[in-house]
Amino acid sequence: MIEFRSVTKQYPDGTRAVEDFSLVIPSRKTTVFVGSSGCGKTTILRMINRMVDPTSGSIQIDGDDIGAIEPVGLRRSIGYVMQNSGLLPHRKVVDNIATVPLLKGVKKKDAREQALKLMDTVGLDRAFADRYPSQLSGGQQQRVGVARGLAVDPNILLMDEPFGAVDPLVRSDLQEELIRLQRDLDKTVVFVTHDIDEAFYLGDQVVILQKGGHIAQVGTPSEILSNPADDFVANFVGANRGKRALHIEETATGSILVDDEGAPPAR
Amino acid sequence: MNWILQNLPYLGQSTLAHLQLSIPPIVLSFVLSVPLGWLANRFRPVRGPLLTIAGLLYAIPSLPLLLVLGTFLGSLRSDANIIITLTLYGMALMVRSTADALAAVEPDVRQSATAIGYGPWGRFFAVDFPLAGPVLLAGMRVVVVSTVSLVTVGGVLGINGLGLLFTDGLQRAIIAEIVAGIVLTVVLALVLDALLVLLGRALMPWSRATAAPSRRQARKVLATA
Repeated sequence: MIEFRSVTKQYPDGTRAVEDFSLVIPSRKTTVFVGSSGCGKTTILRMINRMVDPTSGSIQIDGDDIGAIEPVGLRRSIGYVMQNSGLLPHRKVVDNIATVPLLKGVKKKDAREQALKLMDTVGLDRAFADRYPSQLSGGQQQRVGVARGLAVDPNILLMDEPFGAVDPLVRSDLQEELIRLQRDLDKTVVFVTHDIDEAFYLGDQVVILQKGGHIAQVGTPSEILSNPADDFVANFVGANRGKRALHIEETATGSILVDDEGAPPAR
Repeated sequence: MNWILQNLPYLGQSTLAHLQLSIPPIVLSFVLSVPLGWLANRFRPVRGPLLTIAGLLYAIPSLPLLLVLGTFLGSLRSDANIIITLTLYGMALMVRSTADALAAVEPDVRQSATAIGYGPWGRFFAVDFPLAGPVLLAGMRVVVVSTVSLVTVGGVLGINGLGLLFTDGLQRAIIAEIVAGIVLTVVLALVLDALLVLLGRALMPWSRATAAPSRRQARKVLATA
């Protein structure tokens, strides 16, 4: 469990990226922060591995204040996947995946062995192991990024718009893959996106943010869709737009999310 | 032509002496420029003054610098004199190249390296420095050629090397000797440059997999150097 307690981040020039933010992120669930750019979602994410330190307030992971944990060690224990993969261009795919285990002192042979297994996990052909990231497609690079994030078998996986830069088709592949992985691996995933469809598709808990990290609404996708907290949320989720009238429909097998044509939303 | 054939051993010796005077300043200017370039890149206020001072070094004419430095060292003709002088010239080129090379490292990559748990020093040696490689290499190629050509100035002071072929050839009116000096200097520069390129390929196999951006960066730095 990750808990934010009235966290504020103010930059030296006085701008407040995040203001009095409090939230509980449950373990072994996917929590998605969604909002337009500048809403503070990435700042909030980066506070979890101390890439950004809050100006006031505290963040706890399983009851321990992370302000007291040495940042480099903390980061090595948390998986991190970012947009454009953030892979090291001068290392082969397998070495990229093995980076963090090697930093933690795992033997090179074991780390490579494990990296190859992770390539299987994320659905990458082992033939790519000895290529450089630039020789892979965007989608493949993202898979490498996910494999690297999983390499130390972290409890927490932070994902900062990881699928933002790939084309829609590949993106939906990667999203499905993530859902499958999450079923198998049971991590606490914290995911940042500006794409509301992606948020609803992936999130067990969706957090809709407004400027300054103010929470417009927190809930499961169906809670938010069926009962938007205010006009801002209603607008944001597109519930009152004719084009994409997402709503919940009760069926014999349970409630499903459909658009105005009665189909599950295109992903 | 006759003169050349009769003096092959002398030409060989001069080339070797020239090489021996060229290598130390090339290596030293690299080793000394990396921390300075890092400093310039790390602390913004330092950048301007440091790069300006380094650049101005190159504007000092070489002969007076050799004379002044030689006077300080107590011997105009010493190898130390020419090595120190040429190291300064090498640094004049390389400090800026290093600062630019480090600045050109993708911020995304640096951030993600920090995010996955590199400490500051670990990140410098494992990420920033190797990724700056292609631009550093471009800078070093200029330093190599410039150094090999500047060593000839030592000839005026009577320091061994291919420069002596110019002064000697001029005084004794042996055209072949002058031409041999020029040709050997150019060849030496080209050979060292080629070796550097090969070294770069061996150390940075990834840069050819991503040839496009790194070459563009390299060209940019060459243009500013």
